[in-house]
Amino acid sequence: MDVKEIIKPENLVYKKTKLMTDAPLSYCPGCGHGTAHRITMEVVEEMGIWEDTIGVAPVGCSVLAYDFMNIDMTQAAHGRAPAVATGIKRVWPNKYVFTYQGDGDLAAIGGNETIHACNRGENIVIIFVNNGIYGMTGGQMAPTTLPGMKSSTSPYGRDVKTMGFPLKMTELVAQLPGTHYVTRQAVHTPNAVRKAKKAIRKAFEIQKENKGLAFVEIVSNCNSGWKMEPVDANNWMVDNMFPYFPLGDIKVDGELVK
Amino acid sequence: MSEVKLMKGNEAIAEAAILAGADAYFGYPITPQSEVIEYLMVERPEDRTGMVVLQAESEIAAINMVYGAAGTGKKVMTSSSSPGVSLKQEGISYIAGSELPCVIVNVVRGGPGLGTIQPSQADYFQSTKGGGHGDYRLLVLAPASVQEMADFVDLSFELAFKYRNPVMILSDGVIGQMMEKVIMPKQKTRLTNEEIIEQYGDWATTGKPKTRERNIITSLELDPYRQEAHNHKLQAKYKKMEENEVRYEMINCNDADYVIVAYGSSARIAQKTMEMARKKGIKVGIFRLITLFPFPMKEINALADKVKGFLAVEMSAGQMIEDVRLAINGKVPAEHYGRYGGVIHSPEEVLEALEQKIIGG
Ligand SMILES: Cc1ncc(C[n+]2csc(CCOP(=O)(O)OP(=O)(O)O)c2C)c(N)n1
Ligand code: SF4
Ligand SMILES: [Mg+2]
Repeated sequence: MDVKEIIKPENLVYKKTKLMTDAPLSYCPGCGHGTAHRITMEVVEEMGIWEDTIGVAPVGCSVLAYDFMNIDMTQAAHGRAPAVATGIKRVWPNKYVFTYQGDGDLAAIGGNETIHACNRGENIVIIFVNNGIYGMTGGQMAPTTLPGMKSSTSPYGRDVKTMGFPLKMTELVAQLPGTHYVTRQAVHTPNAVRKAKKAIRKAFEIQKENKGLAFVEIVSNCNSGWKMEPVDANNWMVDNMFPYFPLGDIKVDGELVK
Repeated sequence: MSEVKLMKGNEAIAEAAILAGADAYFGYPITPQSEVIEYLMVERPEDRTGMVVLQAESEIAAINMVYGAAGTGKKVMTSSSSPGVSLKQEGISYIAGSELPCVIVNVVRGGPGLGTIQPSQADYFQSTKGGGHGDYRLLVLAPASVQEMADFVDLSFELAFKYRNPVMILSDGVIGQMMEKVIMPKQKTRLTNEEIIEQYGDWATTGKPKTRERNIITSLELDPYRQEAHNHKLQAKYKKMEENEVRYEMINCNDADYVIVAYGSSARIAQKTMEMARKKGIKVGIFRLITLFPFPMKEINALADKVKGFLAVEMSAGQMIEDVRLAINGKVPAEHYGRYGGVIHSPEEVLEALEQKIIGG
């Protein structure tokens, strides 16, 4: 059969969202960032809100998110995305505004901006990709690095006595009255991707209804930083990250789950 | 006829922001400029013009809110005093790098460190030489009266949008706190969202319509050659400011033998010194800087051909004097005088310094 005969509308099983550009992703093969980008943009496309959506990119591996997401975007200083998004949303309350941030960005240097944007109940969506490490700068310890986990700045494993405990930022912001929806998801299996996408959709719907801040954590991998093969990294994530950062909704409709 | 009001410098800045048709103010309290946000909170500009006022959790957050909002084509202002402006520097560098318009007010207090809440002019270097990282400049205006505090807000917004560059109003604790008569400018209407989209559609991130390419606000360019080209563009812009935006006031410089160079409250103090000197038969003039960047290099250089010496007066250990000396280029003597760390020099002290350092020297 000729290729041309196969390329027919009825044979189409998957189409890249038009809200992802054709720029080659700068992410390592197997990295969760690309999937997290795609489902975010799919939600924006499916809701038909791309002309009214403004994204805020962080500093981290996803600093170039604006090269890949085919919408208007602002690149924020390290950790400041929630403040930048606040500034945008306050002067354009009818636009959809979201931040996309890593764990170093959101939970370390930007901890204060994160807590206060959540506490003010800014009507924005925060997408928080937690891979337990500073991917971009070469695998240093993050606030989310697990106890005993090795990184280039905890080469003998994170010693909680001197380096502190992994920070559960998502549980923390769930305590604040300003957050309406807080959830923790993953993108390592097709099923997880579907669930994560549903959560992101819910988050944007909450923004549409002006109900407050919607916070979606995505526990992800960093095979380069973790020094593992992609499949091993995902398995390691399931075995080690998920027990500490359990998946599921933490706050729904402004109420903590159970 | 506009009515004459009695106002504090800080209040005048706040009211002028509303009248200039600003869309938002983001700030964090610090003495001696807390009246700016306090005034705005009392005035409820949201009801008057629709202007947003938000108390941020820090100066870092405030300047990043400014960055976000400015990137959408809105008119945005923040204010602080020295320690807070130090915290803003990262954000200011991003705003300069990504070429966004905004107005930043610094009501300077004495430092370094937490320093004192008393007035100072020791943030000259920080304001005019960059302040944050990288090669960039702010356009810096120095008001010397409550009236100028009011007038410079609208002017700053005009310049900020003309050059798509952050503009700083460098004031000090004296001008911020003192009360003077002031005539407020007329209310300007805020641009509508449609007008913003139309006027700034080539750069502002307002959501991408079908009719244009997407807009991205960023200061990141990983390719060094392209980053260098971007820097060239910035430098060309600063050069244009140097050619077109130099502002100053010359007082009694025509017959002067000696000239005091000063700005802000030091220029007010120098006024008295000049009167005292002239009574004694010493012909003193004042060169009052209005823009600190761009600095009136050519004008001071030309003046150096006609006078015997300059005294640069600033409430600092000697910052502006470096630019004065660059301008004069060794033609005649130029010395610095100033009390600092929160102490304000008296007109008598300035006169004494002029007599000892310049006339006698
Ligand atoms: C003010 C500042 N400090 C430090 C850095 C260096 N830096 C860049 S990315 C990064 C960590 C990013 O880690 P994370 O947010 O977890 O993102 P990831 O790369 O893992 O997705 C650091 C420390 C910076 N760019 N700016
Ligand atoms: S370094 Fe880690 S986070 Fe960054 S792209 Fe590679 S795998 Fe992803
Ligand atoms: Mg990370």
